[in-house]
Amino acid sequence: MNESLIQNGNIIEVKDPTPFQESLHNLKQNRAAVAGLVIIALFLLVGIFAPLLSPRSPYAQIIADRTLPPFSPGYLLGTDDLGRDMLSRLMYGARISMVIGVVSVGIAMGFGMLIGVTSGYIGGLYDKIVMRLIDIMLAFPYILLTIVIVAVLGPSLFNAMVAIGISQIPRYARLVRASVLAEKENDYVTAERSLGASPLSLMFVSILPNCLAPVSVQATLGVGEAILSSAALSFLGLGAQPPTPEWGLMIASSREFITNAWWIVTFPGLATLFAVLGFNLFGDGLRDILDPKLRD
Amino acid sequence: MGKYILKRLGLLIPTLLGVITLVFFMIALSPGDPARVMLGERASAEQLARLRADMGLDRPLHQQYFSYLGRIAHFDLGKSITTGRPVVKEIMELFPATMELAFFAMLIASVAGIIIGVISATRRNTMVDYVSMVGALFGVSMPVFWLGLVLIMIFSVFFDFFPTGGRMNIRYYMETITNFYLIDSLIAVFKTGDWHYLGSALKHLILPAVALGTIPLAIIARTTRSSMLEVLKQDYVKTARAAGIPERKVVYRYALKNALLPIITVIGIQFGLLLSGAILTETIFAWPGIGKWIYHSISARDYPAVQGGIIVISTVFVLINLLVDILYSVVNPKVRLK
Repeated sequence: MNESLIQNGNIIEVKDPTPFQESLHNLKQNRAAVAGLVIIALFLLVGIFAPLLSPRSPYAQIIADRTLPPFSPGYLLGTDDLGRDMLSRLMYGARISMVIGVVSVGIAMGFGMLIGVTSGYIGGLYDKIVMRLIDIMLAFPYILLTIVIVAVLGPSLFNAMVAIGISQIPRYARLVRASVLAEKENDYVTAERSLGASPLSLMFVSILPNCLAPVSVQATLGVGEAILSSAALSFLGLGAQPPTPEWGLMIASSREFITNAWWIVTFPGLATLFAVLGFNLFGDGLRDILDPKLRD
Repeated sequence: MGKYILKRLGLLIPTLLGVITLVFFMIALSPGDPARVMLGERASAEQLARLRADMGLDRPLHQQYFSYLGRIAHFDLGKSITTGRPVVKEIMELFPATMELAFFAMLIASVAGIIIGVISATRRNTMVDYVSMVGALFGVSMPVFWLGLVLIMIFSVFFDFFPTGGRMNIRYYMETITNFYLIDSLIAVFKTGDWHYLGSALKHLILPAVALGTIPLAIIARTTRSSMLEVLKQDYVKTARAAGIPERKVVYRYALKNALLPIITVIGIQFGLLLSGAILTETIFAWPGIGKWIYHSISARDYPAVQGGIIVISTVFVLINLLVDILYSVVNPKVRLK
């Protein structure tokens, strides 16, 4: 309810914050979430502007300059075994990882929400069959499922993203289905139905937008997990292929250098760690903000 | 109670059937010809056709599927293309190595995770709490295989504390009875009084177990903390304190006991996930378990081995989750009523 205050003889209208403003305010209060957001923004910016920021091409091999340690002239983070600039490769790696996160989660969210909304709304036999299939997918340990799918599709970065996306579908499907089941009993749905809204419009225009809060949390955490999974797949030779500057692949090819070139091993792992940390911090924060029960 | 367990058990068969079906068709439809893999690029068309007929690959897919199901019912997962040995036999030999690693990793993760979680909860919003929780967040954000490499780099290469891989010093020859090296080497201690084997087995186990246990440790610590915070708020804890019971006893005897339910659930779920996480850890530490074997089978396009390995790991995963659910319903009657 808006209130009027009288201050110094003037009437001031005090507006209640909109839900968005309230969330924004809560977000600012949550230091971990802000830190996460800053990290994400940093990696996004580096990824987007990699061609402008990177000192060299990530593919340029200067054999005379190979395995140079960090802080060598011209190479802030040193070079790898083929004389490629680590910093430039890491920057392009950020670009690849962000794309992986967004594409994988996009696939998972798109199909997951479609499945969740329809099976929650339609119910009956359709719901039973779909949920059985989802249960079967959940019977596989997550990373194993991605490995099987990539093994079938063939190893490539794109197929890795598809595999990660498919493996993450069940979470969104279950999450959205549960929300839809609760949401569809509400009066506003009954009202719209009696006004002649079509099932499609009820599902996607009326109900779905009200189920998005938990999805956004899952999506944020999902991006971090997708980056980790893709690194793992590349490490196993099932994802990005050389010479792509993907972080997991960089870690994989660094294995021979654990005795003599620590930087080749360390930096790609740190980059992955901090990128994922950003999404985990922000996701956790988002959950605290959107779930009033957890708020103190 | 019995009804709930029966219902869950009833779901087991269709779930496993679904898993087998999905794995079978995915592998069957994947590109590449197993006969070609076995015989190599230079094999003649005749040789290929003969092998395909031998392996039953020339029959319609649905016939292959039903005969696969029939064989699985008799615990026959076919023969590995690369070694020619029965897949079941290979898995039986490798399983103890993976289980040993997983158990040890889980032991480290559970003990350390619960202790860290309890300390964090009892000192909420202190420096200790912040450091532990930030540490836990790092733990879940880390690529495990990278952590493995860094551990090797620091503790094996730089300090030379631990070996870089394997299960035992290759110069030792130990009589294996159970294939659980910790057990076998303990038996050796009792039989001959020789501690070398046990020492070597432990030394080889520590780094991979720490790497594999990092994610569960972080998750257990976070779960323990939030569960403890919930319990510590309750009246009976206040009453216990008011009654003058020492704080240590209140925390560990009264509060932790009631906070354990979600922690045990998480431990169960994480244990199931560990088995697949082992693919990465075993590959890095040259640990001769199922994970490394599956990785090699995938690289070699050894389809019967990949199918078998995935089915076995998924089955164990499903069984562990079932066990966790049943345990949960035994301890928490509210679940049963749903």
